[in-house]
Amino acid sequence: MAAKTLAAGKAVSIMLEIVHMTVNGEEKELAVDPRESLLDTLRNRLNLTSVKRGCGVGECGACTVLIDGTAVDSCLYLTMWAEGKHILTVEGLKSPTGELNEVQQAFIDEAAVQCGFCTPGLILTGVELVNSGRKYTREELRKLISGHLCRCTGYENILNALEKVVGYH
Amino acid sequence: MEVVGKSMKRVDAFGKVTGEAKYTNDLCPKDALIAHVVHSTIANGEVLSIDTSEAEKVPGVVKIVTCFDVPDIQFPTAGHPWSVEAAHQDIADRKLLNTRVRLYGDDIAAIVGVDNVACERAERLLKIEYKEYPPFTTVEDALKPEATPLHPDLRKTNELIHTSFKSSPDYDYEQAKERAIREYGAEHVREYEQTYRTQRVSHCHIEVATSWAYVDVNGKVTVTASTQIPHIMRRVIAQALGWPVGKVRVIKPYLGGGFGNKQDILYEPLNAYLSVVCGGRCVCLETTREECISQTRVRHAVIGKTKALYTTDGHLLARTLDGYANKGAYASHGHAIAASVATVYKDLYNDAYGCRADMTTVFTNSASAGAMRAYGVPQSVFLADCQIDDICHREGFDPLKFRMDNCVGKGFRDPGNGITYYSYSMKECMRRGAEYIHWDEKRKAYANQTGPIRHGVGMSIFMYKVGVYPISLETSSARMILNQDGSIQVELSATEIGQGADTVFTQMASETTGITPDKVYIVSTQDTDLSPFDTGAYASRQSFVTGKAVKKCGLELRNRILDYASYMLGRPVEELMIHDNNICERILPEGAPVQADLSAENGYGYIADGSKDENDRYEGWLDADVKQWNIDDLPSGKKSILRDTGKILARPGKVLLSMKDLAENAFYSLDRSEHITAEVTNHCKENTYASGCTFADITVDMEMGTVKIDHLVNVHDSGTLLNPQLAEAQVHGGMAMGIGYALSEELLYNEKGRPLNNNLLDFKIPTALDVPDLKAIFLQMDDPMGPYGNKALGEPPVISVAPAIRNAILNATGVAMNELPMTQQRLVAAFQQHGLI
Amino acid sequence: MYDIENYYEAKSVEDAIAHLAADEKAEVIAGGTDVLVKLRAGKDVGCDLVSIHEIPELKGVDRLTDGTIVIGPATCFTDITNDPIIQESLPYLGEAVDTVGGPQIRNMGTIGGNLCNGATSADSGATMQTLDATLVLQGPEGSREVPVTEFYTGPGRTVRKRDEVLIAILVKPEDYIGYSGCYIKYGKRRSMEIATLGCCVRVKLEAADAKQAEAGETGGTQDSSVTRREDAASTEQKNAAGSPALPGAGFRLADVRIGYGVAAPTPIRCRKTEQMLKGMAADDPAIYDIIATHVEEEVHPRSSWRASKEFRVQLIREMAKRALEQAILRGTGKGTPGAGDFPPVELGREQEMRETMTQGAAEAAGTADGGEDTGCGKGGEHHA
Repeated sequence: MAAKTLAAGKAVSIMLEIVHMTVNGEEKELAVDPRESLLDTLRNRLNLTSVKRGCGVGECGACTVLIDGTAVDSCLYLTMWAEGKHILTVEGLKSPTGELNEVQQAFIDEAAVQCGFCTPGLILTGVELVNSGRKYTREELRKLISGHLCRCTGYENILNALEKVVGYH
Repeated sequence: MEVVGKSMKRVDAFGKVTGEAKYTNDLCPKDALIAHVVHSTIANGEVLSIDTSEAEKVPGVVKIVTCFDVPDIQFPTAGHPWSVEAAHQDIADRKLLNTRVRLYGDDIAAIVGVDNVACERAERLLKIEYKEYPPFTTVEDALKPEATPLHPDLRKTNELIHTSFKSSPDYDYEQAKERAIREYGAEHVREYEQTYRTQRVSHCHIEVATSWAYVDVNGKVTVTASTQIPHIMRRVIAQALGWPVGKVRVIKPYLGGGFGNKQDILYEPLNAYLSVVCGGRCVCLETTREECISQTRVRHAVIGKTKALYTTDGHLLARTLDGYANKGAYASHGHAIAASVATVYKDLYNDAYGCRADMTTVFTNSASAGAMRAYGVPQSVFLADCQIDDICHREGFDPLKFRMDNCVGKGFRDPGNGITYYSYSMKECMRRGAEYIHWDEKRKAYANQTGPIRHGVGMSIFMYKVGVYPISLETSSARMILNQDGSIQVELSATEIGQGADTVFTQMASETTGITPDKVYIVSTQDTDLSPFDTGAYASRQSFVTGKAVKKCGLELRNRILDYASYMLGRPVEELMIHDNNICERILPEGAPVQADLSAENGYGYIADGSKDENDRYEGWLDADVKQWNIDDLPSGKKSILRDTGKILARPGKVLLSMKDLAENAFYSLDRSEHITAEVTNHCKENTYASGCTFADITVDMEMGTVKIDHLVNVHDSGTLLNPQLAEAQVHGGMAMGIGYALSEELLYNEKGRPLNNNLLDFKIPTALDVPDLKAIFLQMDDPMGPYGNKALGEPPVISVAPAIRNAILNATGVAMNELPMTQQRLVAAFQQHGLI
Repeated sequence: MYDIENYYEAKSVEDAIAHLAADEKAEVIAGGTDVLVKLRAGKDVGCDLVSIHEIPELKGVDRLTDGTIVIGPATCFTDITNDPIIQESLPYLGEAVDTVGGPQIRNMGTIGGNLCNGATSADSGATMQTLDATLVLQGPEGSREVPVTEFYTGPGRTVRKRDEVLIAILVKPEDYIGYSGCYIKYGKRRSMEIATLGCCVRVKLEAADAKQAEAGETGGTQDSSVTRREDAASTEQKNAAGSPALPGAGFRLADVRIGYGVAAPTPIRCRKTEQMLKGMAADDPAIYDIIATHVEEEVHPRSSWRASKEFRVQLIREMAKRALEQAILRGTGKGTPGAGDFPPVELGREQEMRETMTQGAAEAAGTADGGEDTGCGKGGEHHA
């Protein structure tokens, strides 16, 4: 059977809906497909590609973003739920003049970055911890980052970086 | 050295913490079509027909291609350098899509559509007819006479290749046994026989295998891919399409982990083909996590039937391995990994009479096994070091002492391939590890335990060849370009895959050129249309093989810069050197003639320079007398033992000219305009061994079958460390991977050959809560073969972790676990069997 | 993108039910961590989703004047664990749901979803069984109350109809006041895990004196008393050999409740074993032998590729002992410190109990397991 290119090729999507959300401090009004995950929307409509797809089912943590300050897996979060919410990705962490957030800097200093694919998600969990205003033991930190899989670092330097920022010294 | 050896921050760290570093899919145009691979729902058989008529009606579907449509071309996928000798070429055993189904989920069709929903809906409407054969996922079943041969065009049975390596051609185990009895007396000679098994595991890099492709205006199919080996990928895509290599272009951006899986060609040729058949439109083929685990590559599961002969006073006399590697459905790296299992098994211990290691690679209806971090050696060391500890346990030998007495010795040279252990540190590694873990105290404290909670310490050692020479070609190119401001670009096709390659190459280029690292811009992206040739990231070769190319290129650039400086300053080159972005006077010491010392006191020669001050030493390639030491040019017959560069004294004197002024002049001089660049190929014909060990201190909860790792230490001799902080980080990652290999990771199949746990919930890689604090210790033996005294570090950290944990369990409980992973269920069953719970 | 046909964000429970009733293809979605995963796997694709994600009335934890605790089913796991009422009165439930997935999943997944997906491995399942919780389901015909023990009809199946919404989970005061408890999750790793087995044991302790006053009145434990004496004798020998003392001296088990996940096709209770233990001295070594021996008769674990039946049986026995010991420890005011690791403060005699604790019991608290992790770990984190 010879393959033939189909005439169709046009997607039939359900009607787009308007969602309002604040992304990295900027108010956005977006027309989205209600079937989209927040991961899809952030990457494809807002080009926020720090939000990585590692599994699509909440098992790796690479797509973690903060929604109203709380870390969630954006792959399992429908964009429709983001109406009125504040979304933070690592693109929103750098100051307007380019200075890094303290968690970002700690990741660099402690060599907590290798391939870098899990890094944005982990940094956002770090930011969530900083925002809690409290300090954590290394064991608590292990549990708190245990929703992020990393295959490069053995977590050792990630924990060192986080201890530097939110650990007991 | 001024830059190499320092813990410089990663050059890509900023981009990675800000999300600005772009990975393959981050660069994909948003209007790209989506490709969806259709996988077989049987594990063994043939596709008789695929009816696409209903599927084609699904809105959003652009193209459906089946296994009956693709070019009739079989191609190999291994990320090896091509061999010009047909006998050594990789096995070409698959098409883009296959009618012959060889594993559950084999690629039988592909759907291109505007989004994933359209593709998935279309897939559900395909009508596929199969002819089914009984599936077999194990080596034992695949070798039964009734098993259907999976590649009848290549092999009559499922045995791909069998090889036998011997320590010497006349070695024979039975003869060794007779000799042992003759020499030591039967009462002093013991024999130990045991079978060990390792499992199939997935690399689980967090970025899945992914690519996107389009046909560019120049007619080239252009594939952006998450790969460790862009130039090899270019060649394989060309082979798969039946196109000339020049019509294929591969671009490799930042990469989210590879660990060997991306040292294979995965779905990229299919992706290129789908773009071509869609009129060159951009098509994205991102694997799902499920596909990435079970349909790309895995680590070979190995069965090792071992025998050992030893004396009652602890001398290892002879060993034998008869092993089988589970190849899975397609040849991928062929027999190379099984051969690696055999050679390291044979080489790791110094059997008084000799050793034979046989390996057979066998096709089965399961995930194709390919390269994975340390290329068969974790399996090999598991076999070897379980065997050693079992012997020690039986005889009451101390495993540390036994290893000290019987491990591979100084100056070892593999009789088969000639690879030589130049800088030797195996025993010192063991000493350091034992000291850290408090071996002697703990072995005593943990003797004769009873009760539900038990402790144990265990160890394991490894050796690891750095590159693949002389088994395969080692070649690498580098290009450096001087900019108008005195900074340089460095272009390589060695790839950054997370290990820190870009950073250490920056350090090397800086070290050799005298240009500070902040002015060295490494081009991280590889583009086969632009980047010089290199075979890519595999083995633990890049810092060694590409490092030599970087050094050679740096020297050449430096010579050209100095030549121009000589013109500008009107002084001879010999009086000039580059230091700290300046052309300086070169001060040679008085009364310290440079000469080669070939006494080989430390296993290799060095250049005596009369200096007592380490900080005053500089690499000596510029010295008029020494020039660049080339092994082939050495005066004496001791070529193999003299390092390629000497150490001589030369220090920077007065600053004469800044690099910026020099560069600006070189670009725009009306008198002599010269664009200073250097490009070299280094054909590397050197190799050496790195080595090290793991010590584990653990607690076993007998009734729950859980193992808690209290302390874990890896000791490494990787030569001179290029970047200690990154080296340590690399070791941590390998250790964590080793923990998963030891305790929890295994890709499972049901009786129909269907993968059961090809997702990150059920395939148990360690989380942060499963990894203890990790300790890395380094012995920095300056290796004469390494371009900067360095040797392998990328892969070795994973090797000895699992057998060390296994041997700690043996120490704690007296129970020998002979199969990986040592899951809680297996532990509980073993403890019950031994009447311990 | 998820393969659904239509999506509706419900404004209220009534709104959600109306949409569910009007559309046969409609399914409820709350946290999304199960529904979306199933959709991606190709199950129920092409359905319509009615979201209850943004309905505030379904979230939060409250206590009614009669002491009944009302848990909003759309409350995410993290909010359950951190809720003051849960921490005060149902800490073991907080620790149970703190073992689900990883932190991000716990910020998304809901306790109602954990029940309604009908999974035997759901981490709240075993604890809910021991709480005898009541589930309030509302549908087009009104609302009904279902005891959690009658909620499941099989693996992945419950009595909830497609157009019904779980609107509340009720825990009555008599089911929690005076109880301490412990949930142990056993998995192959310590996070991002589906339970190989989950076990919750809750105990209600009372001073041993009270028991003596009622001696002989509880005939229910007659049969086991023989076993008890024999086991006690054998354990005494063990103690003589140097085993540490057991916790709970001076107390008896006024009530014991044992719940399991993955020990059967649905979460279950082990009521016969509970009956045997009732009334026994909390520091009687025999209780551990009884629980280990008899729970086995009440469970129906099966072999799967995830774990064999034999292995699960071993865990079922061992985890019951450890959870029981930890529950008693907590009931006596000790226990391994950690999140949610406090006995309910509304126990009027709590302080008194602490004071009456013997030094031996205090030591036992730290050393009963040889100083090692009990499996409850830090306040009952999942055990891997």
